[in-house]
Amino acid sequence: MAEAVLQVENLSASYRKNTVLFDVNFVVQAGSLVGIVGPNGAGKSTLLKTILNLHPSLTGSVKFFGLPFNKVQKRIGYVPQRGSVDWDFPTNALDVVTMGLYGQIGWLKRPSRLHKQKAFEALEKLGMADYADRQISQLSGGQQQRVFLARALVQNADLYFMDEPLAGVDAATERAIMTLLKELKALGKTVMVVHHDLQTVEDYFDHVLLLNRTVIQYGKTKQIFTRENISRTYGGDLRWLREESLHVHNPIK
Amino acid sequence: MTYHAMWIIVTASLVGLSCGLIGVFLILRKMAMMADAISHTVLLGIVIAFIITRELSGTHMLIGAIFAGLLTAFLVQWLHSLDVQQDAAIGIVFTTMFAIGVILIATSVGNAHLDVQHALMGEITFIPWNKMSLPLIGEVPKATALLALVLFVVLFVLVAFYKEWKITSFDPALAASLGIPVLLMHYVFLCLVSITTVASFDAVGAIMVVAMLITPAASAYLWTDRLSIMLVLSGLFGVISAVAGYYIAAWVDTSISGSMAFATGLVFFISFLFSPKHGWIARYLRLHKTVKKTG
Repeated sequence: MAEAVLQVENLSASYRKNTVLFDVNFVVQAGSLVGIVGPNGAGKSTLLKTILNLHPSLTGSVKFFGLPFNKVQKRIGYVPQRGSVDWDFPTNALDVVTMGLYGQIGWLKRPSRLHKQKAFEALEKLGMADYADRQISQLSGGQQQRVFLARALVQNADLYFMDEPLAGVDAATERAIMTLLKELKALGKTVMVVHHDLQTVEDYFDHVLLLNRTVIQYGKTKQIFTRENISRTYGGDLRWLREESLHVHNPIK
Repeated sequence: MTYHAMWIIVTASLVGLSCGLIGVFLILRKMAMMADAISHTVLLGIVIAFIITRELSGTHMLIGAIFAGLLTAFLVQWLHSLDVQQDAAIGIVFTTMFAIGVILIATSVGNAHLDVQHALMGEITFIPWNKMSLPLIGEVPKATALLALVLFVVLFVLVAFYKEWKITSFDPALAASLGIPVLLMHYVFLCLVSITTVASFDAVGAIMVVAMLITPAASAYLWTDRLSIMLVLSGLFGVISAVAGYYIAAWVDTSISGSMAFATGLVFFISFLFSPKHGWIARYLRLHKTVKKTG
């Protein structure tokens, strides 16, 4: 059996006075590509932030590679939502990617040419080499997301958390990002992705975590991504049914 | 230029430079309101420092200001955690602390070199008369020496932790996940804002220091897409505004601090119109071009 890279036990968290997460338990094995799926307000982003200590937890414990967060920080990469930063910030794409290396560079030191080279290679890998010097506000949404992914890539982490990397991006970017995620998986890295598009879950992720304030189901996509579990996650009024949606899409093809 | 005028211009330039540098990060961290708040609450810090020590020396003022700045931040954060909106919390905290400062000046400070008028508007004209002697340099106005010290501290901290300031301003969540102490840096930054404000206090007062903090940086933001260049431009605009303000004041015989703040407004207006990247005219021309092309 593969090594457990992430162990979440009895985790709970609140925003203001509302409990948004309670009794969250799951274990992720190395090399998994996990989709975190659930309705709006299910606590998907909060789950990532609480796991990463960016949001206080009320109860519970999280272990990475069997160790607490601060011991293994360098092995963990985080891609926040694209909308969480100000893209008018005076900087360019290469500089943003270099930020992924700041933890490794350390205090009182400047990024060297080698660091810049690494950052450029990551941009290249995402098809963004031509945009390295571009002011970040001049990039399209998809290009901005690729910059964020390149930044995660240079961190060379073993476990990644990504908050909606596929939200509002063009088809080419979606393909580029999924290729990258599958490559990371092939290298034995673990990736957890907050995802909103139910149609693509089966194609993209080998594991799925169905979340609605607590874990509804977690496991191999083939086994647990069933109509019944999805409607349990989204509540009774879910109209989305796989068979029907396929019927709708087929004539267009 | 007289000896007296020279010291005024040097002092004003130091104000422009320190405020311009700090201002860049105030704007990028979206903390302009916080600067407004701290510029008022440092008065309370100064008054309390005076009441405790019975003298108005530079170090006491700096410590009082840091104390007041941090207290402001803590109180705002505390009210915010009790579900008061952020901007409302800032408004409540700084007016109350400023009011306490005003009351204390009136009741406990009495005849010292400290009054409300002075605190609000500053009095740069008197600065050259209050001197101290420093080794090697000789006689230097106290306020100018204090400003030079503060500028040195600000420059050192900004340059030494340049990449940390950049990342915590742009993407604090990523910074935290990389192990950079985002909250600690936030408070260090507030300390820098506080000491810059208090050192500039004597020269330009609590109201005008806000203009020096925000406007040059906002102007620089319109000219460049690089953080390092924005810092240089903002400092430069601060100095230009300070010097221009002095000459405007001398020319029409009016308040120096008022003229300096007015000059920052002029610099911003010119930037807003003529900046090649984000200026109004450039934008208009670009729009015109694309309309012609497509039309």
